[in-house]
Amino acid sequence: MENNKKLVINPAWCKGCGICAEFCPKKVLQVIHEKVQAVNEEACIKCGLCELRCPDYAIYIEKEGE
Amino acid sequence: MPSALIEKSFRTKRLPHIWCPGCGHGILMRDVAQAIENCGLDPDKVVIVSGIGCSSRAAGYMNYNTLHTTHGRAIAFATGVKLANPDLHVIVITGDGDCTAIGGNHLIHACRRNIDLTVVVFNNNIYGMTGGQYSPTTPHGEKGTTAPYGNIDYNFDIPKLAEAAGATYTARGTAYHAPQMIKLIEAGIKNKGFSLIEGLSVCPTYYGRKNKKGSAIKMYNWQKDNCVDVKKAEKMTAEELEGKIIIGEMSHSEKPEYTDMYKEIIKKCGGDK
Ligand SMILES: Cc1ncc(C[n+]2csc(CCOP(=O)(O)OP(=O)(O)O)c2C)c(N)n1
Ligand code: SF4
Ligand code: SF4
Ligand code: SF4
Repeated sequence: MENNKKLVINPAWCKGCGICAEFCPKKVLQVIHEKVQAVNEEACIKCGLCELRCPDYAIYIEKEGE
Repeated sequence: MPSALIEKSFRTKRLPHIWCPGCGHGILMRDVAQAIENCGLDPDKVVIVSGIGCSSRAAGYMNYNTLHTTHGRAIAFATGVKLANPDLHVIVITGDGDCTAIGGNHLIHACRRNIDLTVVVFNNNIYGMTGGQYSPTTPHGEKGTTAPYGNIDYNFDIPKLAEAAGATYTARGTAYHAPQMIKLIEAGIKNKGFSLIEGLSVCPTYYGRKNKKGSAIKMYNWQKDNCVDVKKAEKMTAEELEGKIIIGEMSHSEKPEYTDMYKEIIKKCGGDK
């Protein structure tokens, strides 16, 4: 996988809607007690679909050097 | 720390926004910011104009010049801004109620003039902010607080309406299909003339609840399963398209733009000397 990319979650902004988890192609995410968590982070392919569909900008892919 | 795009494009001190969990407006607002970024516009030259409604709250969050106006009048204000300073990129964010009910007349006349505005309609098929009254885009037969037995009006097809009225770019995307929605907004920004991009949103709180559509997740799955790209739709039969919603670029044409023609008139009258 691309090592210069990192999955970041900001629980303070997460509203627990679960959209990111539903459409993650690798089933990386799960909503636990109304906040999303990466329960299977090793499987993440850094596709960024969760970032595109999170209505609250609480999950994203950070590129090194940004 | 939010992502670089959010940090740059939003007033992050005001986030998280007030929209309900799962509301599609947040996704569509990010799409607008991403499209502005992809077009490489100078943020100082971007003006976001909105009316009133949940959708229209977007103007309060976006980190550009912003103008949060009165219900239905966003396009009228935007017309004034563009005429006063045609170098600005004026983008209107509006709701289906704001744009096609109380603001419907402003919409058709701005289309008719082909003034260089980019209008992005967050269409959640209902009045969200005021508690779920039906709007001109509530589908026939569906429910709202003001249509408890089902809506007997037929709904507008907004891109079609805009095209017929004279808009030179029209398109429809959805909150679910974010990559496509970003591209459609980009094309709308680049079109020198009136552009209308309808973004199908998701309102789980009112439209969803009134019509028993299930959770926000279920509503996004509905968009995923029932929207067909216009290119694919061309190869499908009327039967196969029954109940489907067509998304993508709906129309694109060329015609002189309003502020350009206005400048010509001023020149003709010697007003530029
Ligand atoms: C002149 C005027 N009439 C009515 C209202 C009440 N009102 C506020 S928002 C709204 C409808 C909003 O619906 P829409 O534009 O679809 O946006 P949404 O909230 O669904 O995103 C109405 C009727 C108002 N604020 N001003
Ligand atoms: S980047 Fe892709 S694979 Fe990784 S969590 Fe997000 S959606 Fe899943
Ligand atoms: S989509 Fe965003 S707000 Fe919803 S659960 Fe995922 S991170 Fe949280
Ligand atoms: S009422 Fe509907 S449109 Fe308004 S914020 Fe809630 S989900 Fe979104």
